[in-house]
Amino acid sequence: MALHIYSYILHNKGVIDDTAFEAISAAGVIDPDASITAVAAGSGLDLDAVCNQASKHYQEVWKIDSEALSYPDAEVIRRLLVRIIPKGDIVLIPHEHFGMDLAPGLSVMLDAAYLSDAVDFGGIGDGRLSAIRQEFNGQVNTQVECDISNGAVITIRPGSFKGDEGQCANGPIVDKTSEAMEGGIPAVGRRFLKFVEAEVGEIDITQSEVLVSVGRGIADEDNLEIAFDLAKVMGGDVSCSRPIVDAKWLEKERQVGNSGKTVKPKVYLALGISGAFQHLAGLKGNPFVVAVNKNPKAPIFQAADVGVIADILDFIPELTDKINEIKR
Amino acid sequence: MEIFVCVKRVPDTGENEIELDSGSNGIKRDDLVYSINEWDNYAVEEAIQIREKHGGSVTVVTVDNEEGDEVLRREMAMGADRGVLVMDKAFEGSDGRGIASILKAVVEKEHYDLVLTGVQADDGAAQIGGLLAAMLGWPYASIVNEIEILDEKKIRIHREVAGGNLEVYEVDLPCVLSVQTGINEPRYVPIRGVMKAAGLDVPVYGTADLGLSPESVGEAGATVKVKNYFVPEAGDRAEMLEGSTEEIIDKLIDLLKSKGGVR
Repeated sequence: MALHIYSYILHNKGVIDDTAFEAISAAGVIDPDASITAVAAGSGLDLDAVCNQASKHYQEVWKIDSEALSYPDAEVIRRLLVRIIPKGDIVLIPHEHFGMDLAPGLSVMLDAAYLSDAVDFGGIGDGRLSAIRQEFNGQVNTQVECDISNGAVITIRPGSFKGDEGQCANGPIVDKTSEAMEGGIPAVGRRFLKFVEAEVGEIDITQSEVLVSVGRGIADEDNLEIAFDLAKVMGGDVSCSRPIVDAKWLEKERQVGNSGKTVKPKVYLALGISGAFQHLAGLKGNPFVVAVNKNPKAPIFQAADVGVIADILDFIPELTDKINEIKR
Repeated sequence: MEIFVCVKRVPDTGENEIELDSGSNGIKRDDLVYSINEWDNYAVEEAIQIREKHGGSVTVVTVDNEEGDEVLRREMAMGADRGVLVMDKAFEGSDGRGIASILKAVVEKEHYDLVLTGVQADDGAAQIGGLLAAMLGWPYASIVNEIEILDEKKIRIHREVAGGNLEVYEVDLPCVLSVQTGINEPRYVPIRGVMKAAGLDVPVYGTADLGLSPESVGEAGATVKVKNYFVPEAGDRAEMLEGSTEEIIDKLIDLLKSKGGVR
């Protein structure tokens, strides 16, 4: 029997998120015969626009429309979804900040299995779905089996599947508001107060053409000087991965990645950066990526154009000296 | 404020190359250097800081074998008041839901106001906090990078969302939060603390202590099972520059010139 798959749609200011189309591809890999329903929550014209975009590619779109959902709170959305999604089916949710809030608890409330951060799927056999995940910061992949006989909530890593925008489904939009809101907006123990935008700092790495980006391999705050020296001779700026900001060695505005800036330089030097997917997610526009790392198994070498196995503390000053020599 | 912090012992990916063990379909664990999961260490530090300001206690809990004792004592040396090692043959092979249901039983043995986990651990699943909160029926917030205690009943938190932006919420206690790295600066473990922690008693709980049936946890109760480990395909691997450092740098500069990195 073909599966029924629900896909929770993320959107912002009336624009549907790319992950909505990636979920269609993911669902197709899970089960080519599955029927897929998009579920979108929000309010007013923005939500209508999102549902219209979704219906072009989904066989069916469910919408939950309420003023109270204009800024969706995962604690509320979870309880609404439990009122409308039948037990025993599959629910796909993007593995990002909203999905991480929403998804694990949803699986508990639906009595379904929970499979997190899938990057690919094998087939289904004997009520078990085969999936690929990554562990140890991307150093190792695992093949896991998930028992889907009682349904499953599955989070999908953004960017792992190609967005399927080609299919024209023109599915109907079904208003599920009254069913979801029966009994009113569910009472939850947390209240959204406000959204705070990242501060704009002195440096804007999103505009840099050359980025000298450092990670844990820089080892000590005092060593940052060599990165700034190299950036200077290359006419670029210094950026970094998350651990450098966590250690308070550089300002948040220099962080590349999911929780930092999305950059689009021409040349990106990843120096002592392991290459976690959260970091790579901030790298757009197909730059020329050079990775220098002493660990030959670092995942960054899968993402780079050119790699060097070396300790950056030795390598950076030598590179700086050589460039200086040429320029003289 | 009675605070419960879930911690995990993980291979330190900064210190280790993870290698496959072809014999067992697993990874070679014998030579790995283990340490506390980085996110969990921030969670423990946050708990200690809350206690220092508002009183109460910090309990660190791990589901592990006897090796877990070392991680608990490390966090106790940092300042956690007590540690609980949750250990039973029946727990081996637990999936995320299994671990969360074990932790739920531990939380419910006593009274806690706040449960903290790290955002994620070595398997990158980011699941335990959310599963545990739903099982307890408590509010949950993930990726928390600021916690402010308002009174005995509620707190205000910041969640980190895409692009370095923040969401601010008020959350009722008791609740579960998953803590992001960078929320604080974890203290170094003081030598005096190590000596003190070495002398403390760390209770061990098993299925019987927690009222759990062995078939509901461990491999038997798992709906998600790891079948195989493999190295990611190296299809698009970078062109590796080789030779002496000087040769490598010359090649690299030529490439950078052609790409606009050196002008």
